[in-house]
Amino acid sequence: MAFTLTVNGQTRTADVDGDTPLLWVLRDTLGLVGAKFGCGAALCGACTVHLDGAPARACVTPISRVGTRAVTTIEGVGKTPVGAKVQAAWQAVDAPQCGYCQAGQIMSATALLTAKPKPTDAEIDAAMNGNLCRCAAYLRIKKAIKVAAGLVEA
Amino acid sequence: MSELLEKPSRRLFLQAGAAVGGGLLLSFEIRGAARAAGTAPSLNAFVRIAPDGIVTIAAKRAEIGQGVRTSLPMMIAEELDVDWAKVRIEQAPVDAKVYGDQWVGGSTTTPDEWEPSRQAGAVGRAMLIQAAAQKWNVPTEGLVTEPGFVVDPRTKRRAAYGELVEAAAKLAPPDPKTVPLKDPKTYRIVGKFHPQSDNLAIVTGEPLFGIDTRLPGMLYATYAKAPVFGAKVAKVDLAPAKAVKGVRAAFVVEGGTELDGLLPGVAVVADSWWSARKGRDALEIVWADSPTAAQSSATLAAQAKALSAQTPHKVLRQDGDVDAALAKAAKVVKASYDYPFLAHATLEPQNCTASWKDGKVEIWAPAQDPEEGRKLVAKILGIAPEAITIHLTRSGGGFGRRLMNDVMVEAAWISKAVGAPVKLVWTREDDTRHDFYRPAGWYDLTAGLDAKGDLVAWRGHAVSFGDDKDFARGAEIDGNQFPARAIANYVQAVSTMPLDLPTGWLRAPGNNAFGFVMQGFIDELAHAAGQDPVAYRRRLLGEARLLGEPGKEDTVDTGRLRGVLDRVAAMSGWGRAVPAGTGLGVAMHYSHQGYVAVVIEASVGEGGKPTVHKAWVAVDVGRQIVNPSGAEQQVQGSVLDAIGSTLRQKITFENGAATQANFNTFPLLRMAEAPPVEVAFVLTDHKPTGLGEPAYPPTPPALCNALFAATGKRIRSLPIADQLA
Repeated sequence: MAFTLTVNGQTRTADVDGDTPLLWVLRDTLGLVGAKFGCGAALCGACTVHLDGAPARACVTPISRVGTRAVTTIEGVGKTPVGAKVQAAWQAVDAPQCGYCQAGQIMSATALLTAKPKPTDAEIDAAMNGNLCRCAAYLRIKKAIKVAAGLVEA
Repeated sequence: MSELLEKPSRRLFLQAGAAVGGGLLLSFEIRGAARAAGTAPSLNAFVRIAPDGIVTIAAKRAEIGQGVRTSLPMMIAEELDVDWAKVRIEQAPVDAKVYGDQWVGGSTTTPDEWEPSRQAGAVGRAMLIQAAAQKWNVPTEGLVTEPGFVVDPRTKRRAAYGELVEAAAKLAPPDPKTVPLKDPKTYRIVGKFHPQSDNLAIVTGEPLFGIDTRLPGMLYATYAKAPVFGAKVAKVDLAPAKAVKGVRAAFVVEGGTELDGLLPGVAVVADSWWSARKGRDALEIVWADSPTAAQSSATLAAQAKALSAQTPHKVLRQDGDVDAALAKAAKVVKASYDYPFLAHATLEPQNCTASWKDGKVEIWAPAQDPEEGRKLVAKILGIAPEAITIHLTRSGGGFGRRLMNDVMVEAAWISKAVGAPVKLVWTREDDTRHDFYRPAGWYDLTAGLDAKGDLVAWRGHAVSFGDDKDFARGAEIDGNQFPARAIANYVQAVSTMPLDLPTGWLRAPGNNAFGFVMQGFIDELAHAAGQDPVAYRRRLLGEARLLGEPGKEDTVDTGRLRGVLDRVAAMSGWGRAVPAGTGLGVAMHYSHQGYVAVVIEASVGEGGKPTVHKAWVAVDVGRQIVNPSGAEQQVQGSVLDAIGSTLRQKITFENGAATQANFNTFPLLRMAEAPPVEVAFVLTDHKPTGLGEPAYPPTPPALCNALFAATGKRIRSLPIADQLA
């Protein structure tokens, strides 16, 4: 059936089965490939997007359950002041190694800093622990979050 | 077209000429590559300098997160002397005839490209200087460059490279061997922190990885293979898959028996990946019996134990008289070590996009060894290698997994079968259950110490996989691992057993296990001798010397190992008091032309859960760190990767199938568990070498040695899991 979504501020429609995960609607139907497939089971966080600003794992979110919530992806998060700051910090500290997990990391980090502009180390760990980085670039990712928060210099 | 110039060591030839649309083009070609008589050699841009001063550099090797898409162009840009902001990087086409080696593995890219990349840049700079000399009618001597400009300091004249490229394109390039290279002290790019060139695309979600490939008319595929490796499809009703909305095709692939070829399975092709997956999930596939079903981790371990107790099959190295030395030893120490199968678990699952048309196939692949993929596709599909075009994409992690091209041949086969472009994406479960695993192994060790505690005899008996002639892939045992050649009486022997399960190369192949075994046992010897583990290693290393012949890759420079050991001891404050229940552990290892020593501070909490507080790492990869940002990332990543695998990772097999399937059963390290990793580079006057691997091997033993110091419990079997509970 046809679903109407708001993605990065634009109205989009997708004619798919209701059980189709949001991730595959974004990637295959709408051509937004920034959110990544890693596990299909909400174990790695590579698919993280925002639903009304809250981080969600798109790989286990059926399209039928998105409802009227606004979907923000890595392609659109830079339009928010916090998202732009996070993306800039990520580049300044050279956070990525292979880069595959980074869209999900940035979405989680942006949600964290929107809710808690000056997080503690423990709050960063708690907010980011669902995002795996196989390259283990965690030290740079953590630094990038602190740079975006203005807690340390790049 | 200018003349070709020979670079005998790599069989690469540098050409120069005019670029389409103006500008100077420097290209590589392999002399002798087939081309029709009288035709111009095909020019594939390697370095292109446009009239507007923009420099486009082809990234010739695969980018898997190790940073070479940035670091190799940095080498070229440095010697060309251009402003890094003016550099654009494009992925080179896959063509060994033009670009030579494009595979990535073994930390070989930096040492292999250090010379030719800098020479390519220097040739371009020399030609621009020559063009300026002609323009100003002065000799080339005395002309210098500043980023993007040729300058005559005598007259203060300046010419932008863009103004000179047209004249330069008419010149014959000089012999790369005769072109002077910069004094490293004058480097403006190499040795400076450079973020990766793809970062903007990464942080904004631009299509970049193999899985992001989209083609007009493209379909999506899943491919179900037997959980038991190599089993054929016995029976399947394809109707339920075909009934799923969006499914376009479902069919059985006969496949072969080679584990690294095209294995039997069922392909489901649809207009979205989710539909393909739903179609696949709707199938009830009955798999035929397979002899592999007899293989289980428990039976393999029992076989290994039996082999350990017998006379070894083969002696890899024998020095002196170990039996006599053990008989005279003041103390004899024995231990058995073992390590598990491991998966690569690249975060981007195996995937490939292929488009079959009119007997030719075009492929978009996240691959580490695309030329091998071309050969495999040619063989399995029965087409000429020339009928295959491969586009290399960025890879979401490699770690050795993408040296294998099984997914490439599957995608090509499925595209041919449906006659449309197809993107095949494995599920995470497929990826974990159909890996080429780091092989498990078992080691029995016996050492003799004299009255002073010095190591006087060493006997190692490894049990690995293979047959009389060859080791299984990635299961090679090395007879020259330190302390081989450092002590008079040494034996390393091996016994092998056959294996029907797929194995392969994982980050620091072989060494990722040897480090754990050798440096764990040496730690035991230090404690048996009642000596400090760092002091004991210093004594064992002895005078600075080469163990082995100069120039051979397995030759160990004890002076360089000592250098990193001393540095890491100083960095970590080795010998300082630590709280009860906390320990410091040390290990050192040479592999992949790099010398690394690691100290780890760790403790064990309630329930025996280990906590790693911090790691210190000293690294000697020669005289120059090309990109300090990428270099630190590789070292920190290797150390944290190794900590993660040491703590919890293993792949086990039951009845020929892998037990683990996703990240809940094959857990990766998470942020909260990642300790600070302090990295120092010890610069020595040797050729710069790679960093993808050498920091991994000393990390597992440093962690286990720290936990021994903390608890008195020796870890001899990986992973640590709940052994300290």
